[in-house]
Amino acid sequence: MAKTLFDKLWQEHEVETLSERQSLLYIDRIFLHERTGSVALNSLLESGREVRRREHTFCTMDHIVDTFPGRSDTTLMPSGKDFILATRSAARETGIRLFDIQDPDQGIVHVISPELGIALPGLSLICPDSHTCTLGGLGALAWGVGSTEAEHALATSTLRVTRPDTMQVLFEGSLPVGVTAKDLMLYTIRELSAAGGAGYAIEFTGKAIEALPVEARLTLCNMATELSAFTGLIAPDPVVFEYCKGRQFGPSGADWEQASAHWRSLCTDQGARFDCHQRLSIDGLKPQLSWGTSPQYCIAWDDRVPRAGDALTEADASVWRKMQDYMGLTEGSRLADYPLDAAFIGSCTNSRLSDLQLAADYLLRTGHRVARGVKALCVPGSGRVKREAEAQGLHEIFQSAGFEWREPGCSMCFFAGGESFGNRARIASTTNRNFEGRQGIGSRTHLASPLTVVASACAGYLTADTTA
Amino acid sequence: MTPFTQHIGVTAPLLRDNIDTDTIIPSREMRTVSRTGLSAGLFAPWRYSDADARTPDPAFVLNSAVFKNASILLAGKNFGCGSSREHAVWALLESGFRVVIAPSFATIFRNNALRNGLLTVSLDEHLIQGIQEWVQVNPQRNRIAVDLAQCVLIGAPELESIPFVIDPFSRRMLLEGLDEIGLTEQSLVGIASFEASDRKRRPWAYLDDT
Repeated sequence: MAKTLFDKLWQEHEVETLSERQSLLYIDRIFLHERTGSVALNSLLESGREVRRREHTFCTMDHIVDTFPGRSDTTLMPSGKDFILATRSAARETGIRLFDIQDPDQGIVHVISPELGIALPGLSLICPDSHTCTLGGLGALAWGVGSTEAEHALATSTLRVTRPDTMQVLFEGSLPVGVTAKDLMLYTIRELSAAGGAGYAIEFTGKAIEALPVEARLTLCNMATELSAFTGLIAPDPVVFEYCKGRQFGPSGADWEQASAHWRSLCTDQGARFDCHQRLSIDGLKPQLSWGTSPQYCIAWDDRVPRAGDALTEADASVWRKMQDYMGLTEGSRLADYPLDAAFIGSCTNSRLSDLQLAADYLLRTGHRVARGVKALCVPGSGRVKREAEAQGLHEIFQSAGFEWREPGCSMCFFAGGESFGNRARIASTTNRNFEGRQGIGSRTHLASPLTVVASACAGYLTADTTA
Repeated sequence: MTPFTQHIGVTAPLLRDNIDTDTIIPSREMRTVSRTGLSAGLFAPWRYSDADARTPDPAFVLNSAVFKNASILLAGKNFGCGSSREHAVWALLESGFRVVIAPSFATIFRNNALRNGLLTVSLDEHLIQGIQEWVQVNPQRNRIAVDLAQCVLIGAPELESIPFVIDPFSRRMLLEGLDEIGLTEQSLVGIASFEASDRKRRPWAYLDDT
């Protein structure tokens, strides 16, 4: 019978069928971080259990650690040091591999796991972090869980999982120049809604997807959780295989031959059935910017903030008004009408080398500098990204344009390290969530691509790159 | 895990869609490496007009005396979306909540709730609207009884009993307060034999224990 990519991944990991919809799935890799992983490890130790396969278990410091040069265990985050010390001690006690603060490979969990070959096509991977779906961009079966489920996976190398339905999102057309995977995903969430993927494992398909480089695929799948999907997937192809070659924890030699042969089977068969189909036409897509406090509220960068009167229901209208009040926006205005306070390039969505190159290229090409009054941060996603960026001189481009250049971590995605841009600060951000208070008390987050964020930082207001 | 069989309590309405876990408990409010010490941070962005000074915002529903001791939350669709932080569930439980009723839940939140004895009940919006209207008349008197054994909500005498659906495993887990890890440990032999055959099929997926 013809199978979808998700069907294949599910079946390959099925240890036991528990009921019609629930299976015991084998978990190939577990990744933890100091925020939620520390709780899982501590709880496991307290219960007297052990990490069943420590060689398949990894941990990083990214959520609490700060990103200042010369950083230490001490952070501005309330009791942050406790989490860092507890994680280090639990990692030592359980014998799992920790990418600690001074480790050259430390970084954001979803940036380092593909970088190090810990996430690979066809592997199942869980992390107590909702953006674990990022790794679906490699063709891994990866999803986010809570700390208790992470503990279950640590103890048993399995999880009891309720099988989601399958959805195919087919993109028709191709991405215009200067429009990125981030814009594509913001548009998708805008069209399908923040609950549009609930109960589904989504496979993204179409010529535009096949044309995406690996890092852009990771950006796209990263925000599948913003659709409330179980996960997002892209069928792995030779571009992905090439990316995985020679990675530290990835296969080599005879293993490589077997792995890549296996990976070639990881695609949706002709005639396989999805439970749901969505088609989105993307020809002429413009850079997207969010205006509300859920990622589904996006507009093209030059559109006007929606009028509550145009909402389909009175309930929607009331939500729109509340959001506009919080965001300090007037209906019918343009986002360019408001001065920007801050710009942030980073996070598991957009902190990889290609994201940094895109933004640095804009600075180099235009000669623009960060506008007066705008605090601008660039935070590479990992030690490796930082080293590679510095080898290309990107840090100098950012710094001379007025950006701060930081150490790797989650940073201002949610005031990791205890930092914030200040109450009511308007922020152009390459992150994934514009929730109330996400980037600090009263923060007004506008989600966008790295290109839009750098262009806005230089303009001093929200805009797209109009120079290309 | 504390079993859940039945519960009677005051119901508080928070009928916004897409209430995310950053709002349920912001990252800055998660201050201990444990499942406790979280109740003061519950809904901090909405509950306080000044979160640092802990100044209550009188406009927020849970600060209202009429909803004092609320233990059942009525919410909009996609409740618990966003971050996977289980602290959202722990903060609700520590604040006395045992049940959340909403049209739909984010999957990770629902899974977390189930594993901690917090019951999530999915109901159609019009039923939730009906509950809200009935509760609103006199929240302290009009208490909802939630019976998981019968899978029914009772708002006697005026409100008709409302049946709800929950999958059999989740129901059993809650009713018996099952230790899921302990349950799966009974399958450890099966897991080891899966690994033995899987290792032949996917040797590249297995790293050496060094």
